[in-house]
Amino acid sequence: MLPRKFHQARWDEPIIFEMSSSGERGILVPEVEKDIENSAGDVLAEIPKHMLRPQPPRLPELSQWQVLKHYLHLSQETMGADMGIDISLGTSTMKYSPKVNEQLTRLPQIAELHPLQDEQTIQGMLEVYYGLEQILKEISGMDQFTFQPSSGAQSIYTNASIIRKYHEAKGELDRRTEIITTIFSHPTDGASPATAGFKIITLMPGENGYPDLEALKAVVSERTSGLMITNPEDTGIYNPHIDEFVRVVHEAGGLCAYDQANANGVLGIARAREAGFDLCHFNLHKTFSSPHGSFGPGAGAVGVRKELAQFLPVPTVDFDGSKYFLNYDHAQSIGKVRGFFGVAPVVLRAYAWAMSLGAEGLRECAEISVLNNNYLQKKIMEIPGVTVRYADKRRLEQVRYSWEKLKEDTGVGTEDVARRIVDYGIQSYFTSHHPWVIPEPFTLEPCESYSKADMDEYVSILRQVAEEAYANPELVKNAPYQSTIHKCDTSFDDPHQWAPSWRAYLKKKGTGSEAERKGTAESKQSTESGEDRLVG
Amino acid sequence: MSKKAYPYIPNAVPEIKTQLLEACGLSSVEEIYRDIPEHLRLPREMNLPQPLLSEYSLRRHVEEILDRNRSCKDYLNFLGAGTWQHYVPAVCDEINGRAEFLTAYTGKTYADHGKWQALFEYQSALCELVDMDITGMPTYDWGQAAATALRMAARITGRTEVVVTRTLSQERVLQLRNYLLPEIEIKFMEYEQDTGKLDLADLKKKVSTKTAAVYFENPSYIGVVETAGEEAARIAHSYGALLVVGVDPISLGVLAPPSHYGADIVCGDLQPLGIHMSFGGGLAGFIATHDEPKYVAEFPNLIYGITRNEEHEEYGFGQVYWERTAYATREKGKEFTGTSAGLWGITAGVYLNLMGPQGMQEVGKTIMQKSAYAKKRLSELKGVNLSFPSLTFKEFVLNFDQTGKSVAEINKQLLEHKIFGGKDLSLEFPELGQSALYCVTEIHTKEDIDKLVYSLGKILERG
Ligand SMILES: Cc1ncc(COP(=O)(O)O)c(C=O)c1O
Repeated sequence: MLPRKFHQARWDEPIIFEMSSSGERGILVPEVEKDIENSAGDVLAEIPKHMLRPQPPRLPELSQWQVLKHYLHLSQETMGADMGIDISLGTSTMKYSPKVNEQLTRLPQIAELHPLQDEQTIQGMLEVYYGLEQILKEISGMDQFTFQPSSGAQSIYTNASIIRKYHEAKGELDRRTEIITTIFSHPTDGASPATAGFKIITLMPGENGYPDLEALKAVVSERTSGLMITNPEDTGIYNPHIDEFVRVVHEAGGLCAYDQANANGVLGIARAREAGFDLCHFNLHKTFSSPHGSFGPGAGAVGVRKELAQFLPVPTVDFDGSKYFLNYDHAQSIGKVRGFFGVAPVVLRAYAWAMSLGAEGLRECAEISVLNNNYLQKKIMEIPGVTVRYADKRRLEQVRYSWEKLKEDTGVGTEDVARRIVDYGIQSYFTSHHPWVIPEPFTLEPCESYSKADMDEYVSILRQVAEEAYANPELVKNAPYQSTIHKCDTSFDDPHQWAPSWRAYLKKKGTGSEAERKGTAESKQSTESGEDRLVG
Repeated sequence: MSKKAYPYIPNAVPEIKTQLLEACGLSSVEEIYRDIPEHLRLPREMNLPQPLLSEYSLRRHVEEILDRNRSCKDYLNFLGAGTWQHYVPAVCDEINGRAEFLTAYTGKTYADHGKWQALFEYQSALCELVDMDITGMPTYDWGQAAATALRMAARITGRTEVVVTRTLSQERVLQLRNYLLPEIEIKFMEYEQDTGKLDLADLKKKVSTKTAAVYFENPSYIGVVETAGEEAARIAHSYGALLVVGVDPISLGVLAPPSHYGADIVCGDLQPLGIHMSFGGGLAGFIATHDEPKYVAEFPNLIYGITRNEEHEEYGFGQVYWERTAYATREKGKEFTGTSAGLWGITAGVYLNLMGPQGMQEVGKTIMQKSAYAKKRLSELKGVNLSFPSLTFKEFVLNFDQTGKSVAEINKQLLEHKIFGGKDLSLEFPELGQSALYCVTEIHTKEDIDKLVYSLGKILERG
């Protein structure tokens, strides 16, 4: 299969501030009736002078079509998951987000719902919450859920807060100061509990790709507050001793939280309950198909065993046999992690998605995602320059590969390849979280949404680029050529250069010589190209 | 009988599955799962509702459920208190419904260039609105933005106390408490009972050299425009504390942004800027600061920066000061970060760029006029009083003590008139008696307000 002759949209689009034309308006404000105007009087005159804005904000001035076209150009210059074959963003489960679910979230019956309306007028919304909760209880084996967190990281923070409160209630928080995680668990499994005040112990992988039980035993103590762990980890390897890990932590008096942000490979196969976990969370914007929205909003579903239900953030949604209601009755609630009830449109999409598949369909998702991944792995491993660590271990839904050999052979590294594949119409892939335990990494996840043809095309592109690297490394190193822009320096660590706003950019443009820049302490860090600054 | 196929799962087709298995040298998918021991398996099929396989039946099912809601399209709404009903321009929905933005995630500037530019333009527009130079990707909501802003202040000052206005919603207090718990102690400063404004004398009592930050909101949760920001700033700064102010961005066309009266960190919610309420799902927070390394270094969230490739005459985008994030340094990063609210950031950018300077000024004035009209008309009702005589923006507190009715009763009866009355404050602020927080924005017509006045009048007459 030959890669397609692709070219990304290149509109040479100015920054919108450069397009401003004085006096134009993109939209007019609703009229004020004469009676209101007369009755209200000169409202601005009532504002004390020092509280009145002296000049209007210096926003661009453009007519409506001009604004629309600008943003349409920008949208065309965006790959998104709907355009390319987004096997690229491994760990993020870039699955198809059904359009019908999107349309449903845009109905006024949800879009125009105020969160403080009387309960009798939000029965439908509460039914969706309750319905999704019942589904997730069965998928996880947990006893109660909240959908208040807005993301995976905030879910993990919620779990850390519950663990904190649990030990506090037992009067042991003073000494239970440590959370254990693993390096192949998501960075937030360290960062979120650290934000909640815990000291973090991170286990490194053993020979099998996951930590040895002995390594865990060596760090568990009466200081252990809990375990926060992903499984399968970023590597795609399932730790078969996970229940032993949980047991060891339980015996020490800690709680165990299962980061199931990405549970795609195990839906209907294995659950948090059987492995003994006390808490878990799902990312509804991954496993449950809500689109990622250019980095959110997402939603996290946190599930706990019934002994921990009293700690959940308030309110939860309950059903009394005839009507749904908001339940504030959680004796030891951690309070709130987000305003109101979380990201309702995401909850609705997840509900609709799960209802469209049912038990059999959800299991099909899991089975096809692991089958696709094993097929893809087989094909990727045939590409020159690719290696994989822990090769004898069976992968579930994703694999972290390495271009270490390619780099040795050709000097072309994983970031170069990531830029070059864009020329063939696919998303620049996710390398790895930091630190790079696996050198020159790339992480692919071909979930159930991709066809065989998609995977074959993806593989043909990676093969093409690997062959280019062996034949003409410079070609790959200087990519992309067919995209919206060319290679540039995207690391901004120097206060004299960084510009997160147009006004800051204008102020700094042309100022600060090279020598001056190099002189600052901060600029020392910006020696790399900035291309490893990947999130996921 | 046709063969089973899942429209969202191409390779569920048995023949394809067989091909894939053969290519892998496997006889069944079960072999892939062999590392998951039997005792960790779910030994049965999940017990879930029957699926709604056709798109039509799924749509019918969900629509039937949602039809049990009564939305603010069906009823006249005067609720605000953290989520507000403003007009959402059609172009905002058009853009955030674009498949490319809707389904993009973390791709870099080479594949998702337009997404980066749209988010950079959001940051730029927000910076103009608050008249500061630095902001990053949206946070989850205002509560998170405020909590993080306070933790930033604690790290910057090396102190562990914050003095926070008592006129916060219960929601906000619960969220702050949980997020500040490990290291920061919250002290509440009183408000003046007669005006609803900050009690500066109490602020002076609470603030000390241990104070990392003083925090208030403008307009406050109870609707009042704080006019003593400058003095609060002076008091905070005289103790070496920072001033953090939460703000409703739609007020900033007419009200001075907090940076003008000395705020060091500004936060708030983007939801008023072109984002539907969606049962509270439209929230998205922002944090803005001056352009100084000590502030930038403390942001936990991603910050997008712009660069110019002079050779090709192109803009490019990348991450600002990456090492501070948890993505770079795990638990050593500043707090945590992750998927936030990018789509709402893009939407707020579209909104601000549609509105322009004039639009923001006009919408602010329009809201104030309509709200002033409503205040006047409502307070003419017998037994209904304004709790505070102070300047307000879009929300204001009405007291019903003299009507002999509780807010709960009144709101129940308003429902019969297809009206959502203001938020009942009697639990959050018992000292205000039977009071409710009413919200009037640019979307309300004279007829809407008159209908509220008429209905309330009828209800109160009934005694
Ligand atoms: C395993 C895992 N945990 C947590 C997260 C964080 O989720 P979010 O980005 O929604 O905060 C991710 C996201 O990529 C993940 O893959």
